Amino acid sequence: MLAVEMKGINKTFGLVKANQDVHFCLEQGEIHALLGENGAGKTTLMRILYGLYKADDGEIFINGQKVAISSPKEAIGAGVGMVTQHFTLVPTLTVAENIVLGYTNGLLLSHKDIEKSVADASEKYGVDVDPSAIVKNLSVGERQRVEILKALYRNARILIMDEPTAVLVPQEVDVLFESLTRLVKAGLSVIFISHKLIEVMAVCDRITVLRDGKVTSTVKKSDTNQIELAKMMVGRETFGIKRQPSKTIGKAIYELSGITLEGKHGRKILDGISFSVATGEILGIAGVSGNGQGELTHVLTGLMKPTSGSIKIEGKEISHLSPGEISDAGVGRTPEDRHEGTIGDLTVSENLALENLADFTKNGFVDQKKINESAKEKIKEFQIKASPNDQLRKLSGGNMQKVVLARALSRKPKVLIASQPTRGLDVGATEYVRKRLLEEKEHGTAIVLLSEDLDEVLALADRIAVIYEGCIKGIVPAAEATPEKIGLLMAGAG
Amino acid sequence: MVKFKIERAAAPFWTKTLIPIVAVLVTFLITSILIVIAKANPFAAYYHLLIEPLSSRFSLLEVLVKSTPLILTGIAVAVAFTSGYFNIGAEGQLYAGAIAAAWVGSTFVNLPAIVVIPLMMVLGFLAGIVWALIPALLKIKLKVDEVVTTLLMNSIMVYVVSWLLNGIWRNPETGAQQSPEFFEAARYVKLAARSRLHLGLIVALVVVAIVYVLIKKTPLGLKMRAIGASKVGAQFAGINVNRTMLIAALVSGGIAGLAGVGEIAGIHYHLINELSNGYGYTGIIAATLGGLNPIGVLVAALFIGLIGTGSLNVSMALRVPVYLGDIVQSTLLLVTLAMLLLQNYRIKRI
Repeated sequence: MLAVEMKGINKTFGLVKANQDVHFCLEQGEIHALLGENGAGKTTLMRILYGLYKADDGEIFINGQKVAISSPKEAIGAGVGMVTQHFTLVPTLTVAENIVLGYTNGLLLSHKDIEKSVADASEKYGVDVDPSAIVKNLSVGERQRVEILKALYRNARILIMDEPTAVLVPQEVDVLFESLTRLVKAGLSVIFISHKLIEVMAVCDRITVLRDGKVTSTVKKSDTNQIELAKMMVGRETFGIKRQPSKTIGKAIYELSGITLEGKHGRKILDGISFSVATGEILGIAGVSGNGQGELTHVLTGLMKPTSGSIKIEGKEISHLSPGEISDAGVGRTPEDRHEGTIGDLTVSENLALENLADFTKNGFVDQKKINESAKEKIKEFQIKASPNDQLRKLSGGNMQKVVLARALSRKPKVLIASQPTRGLDVGATEYVRKRLLEEKEHGTAIVLLSEDLDEVLALADRIAVIYEGCIKGIVPAAEATPEKIGLLMAGAG
Repeated sequence: MVKFKIERAAAPFWTKTLIPIVAVLVTFLITSILIVIAKANPFAAYYHLLIEPLSSRFSLLEVLVKSTPLILTGIAVAVAFTSGYFNIGAEGQLYAGAIAAAWVGSTFVNLPAIVVIPLMMVLGFLAGIVWALIPALLKIKLKVDEVVTTLLMNSIMVYVVSWLLNGIWRNPETGAQQSPEFFEAARYVKLAARSRLHLGLIVALVVVAIVYVLIKKTPLGLKMRAIGASKVGAQFAGINVNRTMLIAALVSGGIAGLAGVGEIAGIHYHLINELSNGYGYTGIIAATLGGLNPIGVLVAALFIGLIGTGSLNVSMALRVPVYLGDIVQSTLLLVTLAMLLLQNYRIKRI
């Protein structure tokens, strides 16, 4: 009997078909990987199983019985537990208190009883935790163990783990795999969401590959290999389009060397990133989200300073400069999140002028006329559907992104850091932004394109760098990009 | 059964002008209940509260006198809040300015008014800055919450003033806790005969004008509005958030210091423990009611001054407790805050 069977699952968010007619089965006592890149639909599918979302169509069977799960509480009742990337523990409480939180049947238990209960569970399941430890003193790996025990304490027979190794150091990963294997032998069934081929091949029994909301295929580990999986994960027609080598590419003008960013406990969020970009070239940085793109963007745009390494534009070191100084040095930047990188309460013209106020100041006062005229020019040039005095927050996503782009380009930068430039935009706005980026390239601007949309990178980049676990795993010229090469790099196996 | 759903939606443009008016009406509705419980006629109460103070020359001038410190503390708070720096310490900064003024006003006996008055204002402004400096630096360097630190500085100042007035500034003859009397030249000139109206009002109005121009028309003002609206967005655009916030915090302290100078040099002529009747805190109310716009703050401060004067009338005429004024003020603030929040939601039938 199958532990979980999901049949014909459909889920649409607005215009996006997150899951299309997905069939997924989990056998008893297996570790089953859900493999796919960003937006494939893995997390959506599991959120449906866990009751966070409700599927538009489809049926779910648990242990052969049809169930209708409309909340995590019901999912837990049906024996499904989930450990997410962002832990839901209360840092100021102890391990034992966290584990019994919401599950004490309304009785007031003493600390001793709670801790004994948790210690018993810890022994029973072989998941090693210290019931009296305070959560905020625990390492990430230890916290994850608490989350796992929390699920088991609620009698989960099916455990969903969403990108569990994203926050672990290698030693902790080994401990995790060892625990999972042991638990599975004792009767647990595990769904393991991941994009990391090495891990998937190491610990999983079967693999289901999702792409664009659909199931590409479900295979047994023994029947496949990394190359095949990589192809299944990222194969698409866009790989087939042959690109002409670009005539605009000149000399290297922007160079990163050994950029490293250390986080808590010495964990390397970015590890020795090095690449260079030439004038008239677009270097695309692809990768599954969560591998350091966000942090790399923050370092390139000046919001974070790297722990070590250098960034040079035309030989001038800029890695430790503030965002304003980086802009002065000739680097145009678009923010990863346009809502964070702009000021909604200010007007369109004020936002456009904010980066180089000095140009718009006359006799110590703001030259409102000049700001408005400049804004009108940009509005015309970038086809922004707004007037200069509109509050920025009132603009649609596409128009806001155009403002962001207009501002980044307003100082005629030599280098442009374009971060997730078309995220959340409709087809028209997306086309405009991409066209604009290509135009800038033609004019000799060196562009670093960070995008979680592989199609976008394939369409625009001259060379494709793949980021994985904070490192650049490889840089491939666009003409040589194949699903195997890129997929393997993105999944850590290149 | 009819079901309702509450959802977020952008506030329509007409709410901005309507909110103050509706807030006032709702406030009066609520406080009417209390007035009725106190066995008085609400309409009579509001007449005494709002209309009567404006009906005689003396009374009108008193309203202006009461409003003067509030205009300054209101502007001080508005400048800080606009930049996202929540300065709750205007009260202490006010006293800091008063202390500086008290020193100047009793020491430099031989200087003419034309030197001493500006000197007093400059030192008062600087004293306010000094008192605002520590919380500002703690916020910028160590991210310590300024609400807590500025508030605590107020408590410290209470004791500093008490220490001064018990020690070096205790009147040697009478033993009274007051600093030496200001000499003539150091006193703010009176603006109108037979009233308490003094130069402080002119100072306040000039500050309103300066701050208005600063916030709306200078690059620094734009930067302050930017960091107040979105620290990350401002940082991304290259604005030095820490420096701008520091300037805002210190200017705020300085303006509050000027409020203290005004009360001492315009009304009391010596430092006393009860120089301020919570003007620093009331300034927060004025700033919020005025929507952080300098002109709005001016109007709000005048309104609060009006209510403050009127509540004495009400209590005398109708035997309603004099706290009515405070209650109206606080209710108005709460209602305004509630409306500012609620304007972003709609109730829909489903």
